[in-house]
Amino acid sequence: MSGDTEKTAELNTKDARIGVFVCHCGSNIAGLLDCAGLAEYASGLPNVVFTKNNLYTCSEAGIAEIMNAIKEHGLTRVVVASCSPRTHMPLFKSACAEAGLNQYLFEMANIRDQCSWVHAQDRDLAMVKAEDLIRMAVAKARFLEPAEDIESSLVRRAVVIGGGVAGLSAAGALADMGMEVILVERQAELGGLLRRINRIGPGGEKASELVGTLVAEFKSKPRAKALLESEVSAVSGVVGNYEVTIRDKSGELQTETVGCIVVATGALPFTPEGLYGYNGKNVITQIELEEKLRDGTLDAKRVVMIQCVGARSPERTYCSRICCQTAIKNALYIKELNPEAYVHILYRDIQMYGTDNERTLWDSRGKGVHYDVYDVGRPPVVKDGVVEVYQPLLGEVEQIPFDLLVLSTPLVAPEDAQEVANLMRIPVDQNRFYLEAHAKLRPLDFATDGVFLCGTARYPATVGEAQAQGLGAASRAATVLFKDKLVASALISQVTERCDGCGACVELCPYHALSLEEYEQDGQKLKRNKVDKMLCKGCGVCAATCPKGGVVVCGFTRTQLQAQVDAALEAA
Amino acid sequence: MDVGRHPKIRLLAYSEIEKIDGEMGNFHITVRKKARYVDEKKCTGCGTCAEKCPTVTSDAYNLGLGKAKAIYKYFAQGIPSAYTINANVCRQLQGKKCGVCAKVCQAGAIDYKQQEQIIEFDVGAIIVATGYDLFDATKIPEYGYGRLPNVVTALEFERFLSASGPTHGHVYRRSDLALMDALPEAEKSQQKAAKGLEQLEKKGGMSSADFYAKYEAGELQGEEYDKWAEQVKVSRAATEKLEAMKAKVDQIEGAHRLAFIQCVGSRDIRFNKYCSGFCCMHAVKEAIIGLEHDRDAEVYIFGMDIRAVGKNFEEYRNRGAGSGIKFIRSRVAEIYEDKDHTPILVYEDTKERQVKQLPVDLVILATACQPSEGIVKMAATVGIETNDFGFIKTASYPPLSTSRPGVFVCGCAVSPMDIPESVAQASSAAARAAQVLSGSETERLAS
Repeated sequence: MSGDTEKTAELNTKDARIGVFVCHCGSNIAGLLDCAGLAEYASGLPNVVFTKNNLYTCSEAGIAEIMNAIKEHGLTRVVVASCSPRTHMPLFKSACAEAGLNQYLFEMANIRDQCSWVHAQDRDLAMVKAEDLIRMAVAKARFLEPAEDIESSLVRRAVVIGGGVAGLSAAGALADMGMEVILVERQAELGGLLRRINRIGPGGEKASELVGTLVAEFKSKPRAKALLESEVSAVSGVVGNYEVTIRDKSGELQTETVGCIVVATGALPFTPEGLYGYNGKNVITQIELEEKLRDGTLDAKRVVMIQCVGARSPERTYCSRICCQTAIKNALYIKELNPEAYVHILYRDIQMYGTDNERTLWDSRGKGVHYDVYDVGRPPVVKDGVVEVYQPLLGEVEQIPFDLLVLSTPLVAPEDAQEVANLMRIPVDQNRFYLEAHAKLRPLDFATDGVFLCGTARYPATVGEAQAQGLGAASRAATVLFKDKLVASALISQVTERCDGCGACVELCPYHALSLEEYEQDGQKLKRNKVDKMLCKGCGVCAATCPKGGVVVCGFTRTQLQAQVDAALEAA
Repeated sequence: MDVGRHPKIRLLAYSEIEKIDGEMGNFHITVRKKARYVDEKKCTGCGTCAEKCPTVTSDAYNLGLGKAKAIYKYFAQGIPSAYTINANVCRQLQGKKCGVCAKVCQAGAIDYKQQEQIIEFDVGAIIVATGYDLFDATKIPEYGYGRLPNVVTALEFERFLSASGPTHGHVYRRSDLALMDALPEAEKSQQKAAKGLEQLEKKGGMSSADFYAKYEAGELQGEEYDKWAEQVKVSRAATEKLEAMKAKVDQIEGAHRLAFIQCVGSRDIRFNKYCSGFCCMHAVKEAIIGLEHDRDAEVYIFGMDIRAVGKNFEEYRNRGAGSGIKFIRSRVAEIYEDKDHTPILVYEDTKERQVKQLPVDLVILATACQPSEGIVKMAATVGIETNDFGFIKTASYPPLSTSRPGVFVCGCAVSPMDIPESVAQASSAAARAAQVLSGSETERLAS
């Protein structure tokens, strides 16, 4: 392949031998456009030595024709006028490569989406536009340069940050897939928030048992190790080769090279200082109730719970997802301990989504747990041992005496969420939860390659959801770690000798792929831009910013774009 | 698309599992691949066949709201991008004369003799992701679905909102759509009647108006004239009918008052006790899009609780409330209609402690997410158990395990859930399968 590349590289633009293939796409294009006419038109363009119109250029027969033409007619550039490069570019490029032509000497004109589909009402204009697009593609093709995909090695190891239920699940699953895993936990023990919980809903298993199982399974894996009382203090590098610096409690640093990072740093229950008379004694939070239940120290016959304390409010606009389940789970457990106990839950919307949750709600009503809706505009008022709540259904204020008032507070992002995010250059949302790459389709990925997300660091989640997300993040990381090597497109930024190191582009790069490096020339210390080839996505922001042509994007160089623009403006 | 193009994924569409033998790590699978009468490898998805196919049937993807041909693609972006012949309506496959699709297919992909195939292969682990079906809203007679034209399901409303849907993104009352659909037929009969008159006029050498005046006056008599007179009456009636319809159609405006009713068939002891999880957000989304279509629309969401529990969901609900959606905490008791097919909701306003009535243009029912129709048969074939709700039974630890080792389950086959949850769970199921393939699941079960 490299021999062929050298051969094609030698062919300068004025000798370029261009082949143009016009696709009918069945009737998608040919139903409106005269494809034979377009091929005829292309044959008159400079450097075009071969044209062909095919029923389907993407079919086996069409691909064979491209490959034959490259060989028989000595084509040094190929242009296909057909559909969207998003779907078909890889296929045509690999056909070129297979026939011995460098894959980057290929260009496409989209005469389907951009002509026959959108201009179906005006055949003549659609035809003119198709000619324009083909002329532009041919003009650019003359100036295409051969290139090679960028390949990089990768390390089959991963760091998982956070040893709660999500982190333990992720680390265990990665170790099971044969990866070496380093689990970094800030606390002295693994298990995270799960250690503070009594029972797990809706089944009622003891949380301590699940912690035991998860930790024992993790410890049984020879490829996994945990670094306790440790924190990640620095991260550099790119997907496949991240350098993660970890600081232990004595301040000692160690650096691990890993292919991927899983973020499972969790969240913490909000402490409602100043809300509803919170005092940690007879007005406590739901997590404090969990601890009492876990330790068997609950002593209350009348328990009232208020939902959405510090959540769904202007300060914290979100619903914390799990608090209704937690409240009802604890209400049922209190009833189990003492069927005579009075439990009353005041809520805004009772969030028992799904099958088992809603059943738990039914069961709790059956077992005598009281429920009332409160209006956010008229919230409950806590007085000494009594909650006053306005009952919209009755139009009256009800007095509910209590021994213990339990406030359901949301899970909130840890104080240092932003700092941890900065280490990995990952974004956080308005509530400082980590922001995934796509809310619907990539819930466990970050936009930064090789960094993944799970558990309550993403958003409040139940124990079961956090486990599933941990496994899911492991699976997402495995899609990178199982590769033999990482391959990236060569269509990325390249620094030219005109770069004077002004750094205007560095700040603007959305992928943090640019940095300034110092070098010496004629005894002078100078600066210039440096591109990280794995980080750069070829978006072109830098090239558009630079007034000096100091950085260009391969495949979209000034010469290539100029040729295209000139061709567009040429009278057809 | 990613799945369709992945070199390591073999996609067997239009296929069902016939049998699973063996055990974790070494399953032997038998699949029945149904005949689509089109060669998937040759079909390029160009659509010429469907364009020329003379047989029109109802469009399953658009929930019968639109039309499809006997050779069809379930929806435009489907993978594989191949057409399928509906053997129940295809003229050729019903033994009649046709063969149009085979004639027009330039790729030579049509194969009327294609047979269903039995395919066998071995795998180590199995993931069940068979999804869900929607509750049949006709089971709740008090809501009138199927009887009142302007009561639709949320999924039908979704098709109305879609730019590529049957109404090209315009929201109309279904009774008005029926009226618009009937217009061409009325035009046709009016034209036919007019043509008949024209012939008679030519033959009789005078205009129908003149003729009829004379006929009425008794100046013209005889069988021929009786026929002509009859034709005049038919034509006048057809014209009158058409004009009346046109006048009505001219007055049609988009559906302006929308009422969403939540928990239709869910959180209801008569049908499904559970919560369908995603419908609240689906309603909020449809309501917001409805408001984007028509800024001045009146939009109501009737629900017991609004369950906006996902990331940014509460914020989205607040945005909806900010743009004018009225959330009413109530379970609608009954829907009836007036003579113009305007649905009227009867409900109790729990805040004001009053029974109220609300006329709207369109009612949208959030029908429950139910175990898919074939789940019992599928579970039996795969050898896994279902739970009390009829979904696939899972253990609480480790996640996504079914009752059969090596078989995992994800998505709405487990319980109703939204897209991010399903996507995350799908990745988890892949990790569970990887644990089988690496041997660690066997170790875990042994210890």
